[in-house]
Formats: sequence, structure tokens, C-alpha cells
Amino acid sequence: MKLEMKDSPGQLVAALKPISEVGGNIIAVIHQRQPDLDGDMLNVQIVLELPEGQREKLVGLLMEQGVHIQRIGEERLLYTRTVILIGHLMHTDLSDTVDQIDSTGFAEISELAMSMPAVNQRSSSRITLKALSREDMDAAIAILRRVSQQKSLLLIEPLEESA
Amino acid sequence: MKVALIGLGSVGRGVAEMIARKDLGLTITGIADSKSGLMDPQGIDISRILANKKKDGYCGDQDLTADQIIKNADYDALIEVTPTNALSGEPAMGYIRTALNRKKHVVTSNKGPIALAYKELRALARKNGVELRYEATVAGAIPVMHTIENGLAGNEILALYGVLNGTCNYILTRMAAEGLTYEQALMEAREMGYAEADPTYDVQGIDASIKLVILANTIWGNGMKLSDVDRTGIDLLTPDALRLADEEGCTIRLIAEANPRRHLLRVSPRILDKNHPLVFEGTLNALTLETDMAKEITLIGRGAGSIETASAILGDLLYIRDHHVQRT
Repeated sequence: MKLEMKDSPGQLVAALKPISEVGGNIIAVIHQRQPDLDGDMLNVQIVLELPEGQREKLVGLLMEQGVHIQRIGEERLLYTRTVILIGHLMHTDLSDTVDQIDSTGFAEISELAMSMPAVNQRSSSRITLKALSREDMDAAIAILRRVSQQKSLLLIEPLEESA
Repeated sequence: MKVALIGLGSVGRGVAEMIARKDLGLTITGIADSKSGLMDPQGIDISRILANKKKDGYCGDQDLTADQIIKNADYDALIEVTPTNALSGEPAMGYIRTALNRKKHVVTSNKGPIALAYKELRALARKNGVELRYEATVAGAIPVMHTIENGLAGNEILALYGVLNGTCNYILTRMAAEGLTYEQALMEAREMGYAEADPTYDVQGIDASIKLVILANTIWGNGMKLSDVDRTGIDLLTPDALRLADEEGCTIRLIAEANPRRHLLRVSPRILDKNHPLVFEGTLNALTLETDMAKEITLIGRGAGSIETASAILGDLLYIRDHHVQRT
């Protein structure tokens, strides 16, 4: 998000504080003094991860601090789940396996770690998926389950507390 | 209270030894193994029987069968601890029916009959006004059934998940700790006496599935069968998979899981954070119950062993003594 605030002592810290209050995680803070801007204003760009549903609350808190929000970028893919796939991953077209998840729009594969012991031996991979909500994630996992079954791959899912 | 003991394998011996050693008011009036039997309404000298069994392989008279003991001996409760047959449940199923029809209480460690015919056997016990108890069928020494029936009475159990097979837990522990292959870890488990010569039942999740079925039928009475379990074993796991999990602070365990609202009845290897209460080393078992009032309850303990299983059986026997028989 891009913020505009008064360039006075303590203002930046005051603007960052609500982020932690709503459980957000700051990834980067970029601030530049631009010559064309009013002398007493500061432009700040913040890259952050927010838990689901906390965006409006954060906006409210920032406005209370007198911070003007110029722009908020798209909120995307913050529910993650890591699974392990075992089998003949390359012979069964791993990129197709990945595509089948990505193309549905329920989730994206954000990380893939692989280990291939030898040709003709089963390889193992760890796949991290990101989705917007638990429902989307469940839908993506259901697809992955079906693809794994078709390709005789062993899918190991995390244990999610269920009730 | 008079009891008849059928089966003198590891569990039967453990039960006999504990009854002899502890002053619990239990008298064994009938005993049988697969080849012989003995009856005495005044009580059998257990140490002599166990010595005989050790010496020549027979506990009693070769003309007397388990069937005859169950039909004719004078007892209040039958202890049925013969080997499990998951397909037919026999001969245990017949033994249990005979005893219930004689209005005798039954305590069993035998998963076969309970997984296959729980509904029918429970109805038969009720009709005859006697107890059918099977604490020892699930998670060995852990008092799962007592906890559900008594400690958590009044709670609605929403879901459960647990580690119900110690052999698999041992193999996974060793694969994670030493980077062993599945085959190497299995061999080690065999040498330690934790795995059978034919490990299929354990490693393909069949044993855990049978226990899951017993739990589901006990708690929800939903008539589940072994074939209803969505089952995946651990025999196709690679050391690389465990290493990939480890890099994320996680590990892999064989988890049995039931959640009737989500139509879930599943045994499968799962990724768990290493700090998860269901992650522990070796052959232990554990079960987490999710309930409406008590929320989560996790029980951890020994899932197998002669004396450990005897503990579960004695718990059932003393429950019957205190609730029904009340004579010593």
C-alpha cells in the first residue's frame, strides 16, 4: 500500500504500529522524499501480509492516525498449506500437475522443493500452495488429491484440526 | 468374581499373571488355549498352569476345548483374548455369542468381532442384560473407552484423530531420525520385536483402520466398516519426504482421523508440526478427542504389550465387578 503522511518525528512509527495490531507482517518499507511534493509531507510504500479480513480494520486505524492512504494493492493468496508428493513426478509430467492447480484459480503453487534420488526411482517433492481462503484451499487440495490418484502419486497432507 | 480365560498368548499370560499376583477378588474357574482346557469351580492354580504351558505347551486337558469351557464352566465374565481374525472374526465371534447367550459378561481384546459385528453383539449383550467391554482393542493400555464413557460423559464428541499403530510410529521415527529407508526401518522394527514377520496389517494402515472403525461405531454408532475407511499406508514413504518435512520444522506420522460431520474416516500419513502433541517417538499410541464441552483431550500411552494390555482388560473386569457382580 502507498501512504502519505506528515513528515514529522514519530509519524512513520505511528503508521506502522496498527499493522502489528491487526496481526500483519511487514515485508518492506520504502520511503522517499520527492522534490515535487509538499515539504512537510512524506510518501511511504509498505509491502505487508495481512491475515484474512483484517484489511478494513487496518485502514480505519491508519486513518485515525491521520495517515492518508493513496493506494492499496491487490490482496492475494495468504492462506498457505504445504503438502508432500511422492512418486514418479517427472514421468507423470510435474508441470501438468502444477498447472492443474494454478489454472483453476483456487490456489497457486508458491514453492516447490524436490529430491530425485536416481532415474526410475520415485522422487519426493514439497509443495507450498497459497490461496485466499480455506474454502479455496480445500478446493485446490481436492483437485490435487484427484490428480495424484490418477497419476499414482502419494499425496501427504498436513493434519488440520477438524471440528 | 469368577472368570474364564480363553487364549494364552502374550495377552492371556499377562492377564493370568496379574490376576494371580494382585488381590483383586478375581478367580479363574476356566482356562483354555488353542489345544487344551481346564475347569475348576473352586479356582485354578494359575502359576501351575503357566508352568505347564511353558513346559509342554498345554494349559490343561487335551480333550477339553475352549468351546466346552465357555459352554459349561461356572463363571461370571468371559475373558476372550484369542488372536484377531479381521476377516471372519472367528473363532472369537462364536465364543462371545455363546457367552452372551449364557448371560455372561464378556471382556475382549479381540478387534475382529468388535469391528465386524459390534452392533449385533452389543444388542445381544443388552438383550441378556450383560456387559460387552473391549477397552483393550484400541490403543492398548490407554483407557480410551473409559474416558469416552465416563470421564467425558455428556460431551458430544465432534471429531477424533490419533496415532493408533505403534509399529508405524516406530518406523517413521527411525526414518526421520536416521534417514533410514522404509525397508531398513522395517527391518530394525522386526529385530526389536515391534513388527510381525508379515507387516502388512501394520504398515498398510489396516490395523489402525480397524481401531478407527471400532472407535467410530462406539462413539457415533454409525455402522462403519473397514471398507469405509479411506486408507493409505506408510510403505511407500521415502527418506526424502521426511527430510523435506523436517526442513519446514515438521515430520510425518500415520494418523487415523474421524469426523462424521465432514464424512471423514481416514488413515493416512500426514504432515505434522514437530511440536504437535501427536508427534512423539517410538511405539507409543495417542488419541485426541475434540468435544463440545471439554474441547480437546489428548491421551498418550503404551499401545501394546502383555502387561499393558492386561491393564485394559483388568479395568474392564473390575468395572463389571463393581457395577454388576459385587461379589468376590
